[in-house]
Amino acid sequence: MEPIINVDNVTIQFNLATQRVDSLKEYFVRLLKHQLMFQSFFPLVDINLKVMPGDSWGIIGVNGAGKSTFLKMVSGILKPYKGKVTIGGTIAPLIELGAGFDGDLTARENIFLNGAILGHSHKFMEAHFDEIVEFAELKDFLDVPIKNFSSGMQARLGFSLATMVKPDILIVDEILSVGDMAFQKKCELRINELLSGGTTLLFVSHSLDQVRRLCKQALWLEDHHAKMQGNSKEVCDAYEAREDVCIAKEQAVHG
Amino acid sequence: MNIKESIHTFSRYKDLLKELVSRDIKLKYRRSFLGYLWSVLNPLMVMLVMTAVFSRLFRFDIPNYPVYLLSGQILFSFHSEASNFAIGSITGGGSLIKKVYLPKYIFTFSKVISSLVNLLFSFVALLLVMVITRTKFTPYCLLFPIVIAEMFVFELGLGMFLAQAAVFFRDIQYIWGVVLTLWTYSTPLFYPDSTLGTGKLAFLVKNFNPLYSYITQFRDFMLYGVMPSGRLVLLGCGWALFFLILGMGSFYKAQDKFILYI
Repeated sequence: MEPIINVDNVTIQFNLATQRVDSLKEYFVRLLKHQLMFQSFFPLVDINLKVMPGDSWGIIGVNGAGKSTFLKMVSGILKPYKGKVTIGGTIAPLIELGAGFDGDLTARENIFLNGAILGHSHKFMEAHFDEIVEFAELKDFLDVPIKNFSSGMQARLGFSLATMVKPDILIVDEILSVGDMAFQKKCELRINELLSGGTTLLFVSHSLDQVRRLCKQALWLEDHHAKMQGNSKEVCDAYEAREDVCIAKEQAVHG
Repeated sequence: MNIKESIHTFSRYKDLLKELVSRDIKLKYRRSFLGYLWSVLNPLMVMLVMTAVFSRLFRFDIPNYPVYLLSGQILFSFHSEASNFAIGSITGGGSLIKKVYLPKYIFTFSKVISSLVNLLFSFVALLLVMVITRTKFTPYCLLFPIVIAEMFVFELGLGMFLAQAAVFFRDIQYIWGVVLTLWTYSTPLFYPDSTLGTGKLAFLVKNFNPLYSYITQFRDFMLYGVMPSGRLVLLGCGWALFFLILGMGSFYKAQDKFILYI
């Protein structure tokens, strides 16, 4: 079987100007002074990952390890500097909270805007409108501008939109952490439903319990490298042990 | 990317284009009492002020001055609005571009279309003034879409060029305000062609100011009821094509780097 996501030896490079130059004057001043130095920064180095259709991968690691960059690379937002990414299906991106919402538009208008961003037609969205609203439990707030929504309400709407159609690949980036317990339960149920229907999942979370529950495999990123990948239980345990050591060390230093 | 693939991507996102345009139009006058009526009222009121100022204070000897003025004015507003919107289109769509994979030109494209829709509203104002001033409607009036089409292509190209440049150098949006002011005065909007004289200035404006070509063609159709000279039409199409190629080329080359700068 062909992998649905094939990340082949990928390195991503950012040009971090030591100081950001985004004005013409500054550019020329620095050019004259020979100060236009770009520092290369590699948020991900030599990453290999083969994801088969129907797999569920958790991505774990400390802040700044490259988790979100990894998701951005898979969704095609970031182009690899070296290596190759091949994707064999439709992606419903759920990269971050409120992506694609316009604060001034009402929830109703945002549903259509967001649907269009995901590539659905207006007619299609009309047909699924009630379903989305019902899952997000926002019936009474349809004509309120989204900027007045709480982050939990936005997350509910975002999740409801992204999972309305069965995507080939579902990407979830810590979005569940803002919802309340009841909604988290509901989302997990929906994700499981999609998984049993053959959807592939990429799931970033700091909650190892959630990763263990939802994912069969896990990828542990540390310092921009893939530290470990495989069975989610084993990877999570190893990560947890490592975290415990770090915290213990820290406490020893401060204590 | 080959052409067939591009067309396929575009057709997939044409609903997004619609949604983005309708968002711009909905939000523009939201919470104002008169709403969409402002799109027609605005150019009308500007025209009234300018007509009062320029026919009393400066006394240009132009027959049917209100229509002369307004016909130039609405095209130039389209130009300044489209280019101003387009400059911020990529940086403004940043939050989306960073999170979802989308063809990036959609943002610039939607801004130019929004401005085009506003132009059509202003066009209603022009028709109103033509009726009030008893301007003769000729069959040539029906040919005005030719100019709009030329200009749309021009604005799209210019907008894409500016949008990608503004991602790397934000100051372009401030410089652009100055450029537009200069452009306003070097286009015969409120003064007659003859003011330019016959020297170098006239040569420059008539050949190197695309807006001159568009506005003159538009007035020929709407106000004078004649066919514009072939040279003028050719010039307009030439500039439009030139900017389209420039804009698309530079945008295509730069688009993968956007994400690192927004």
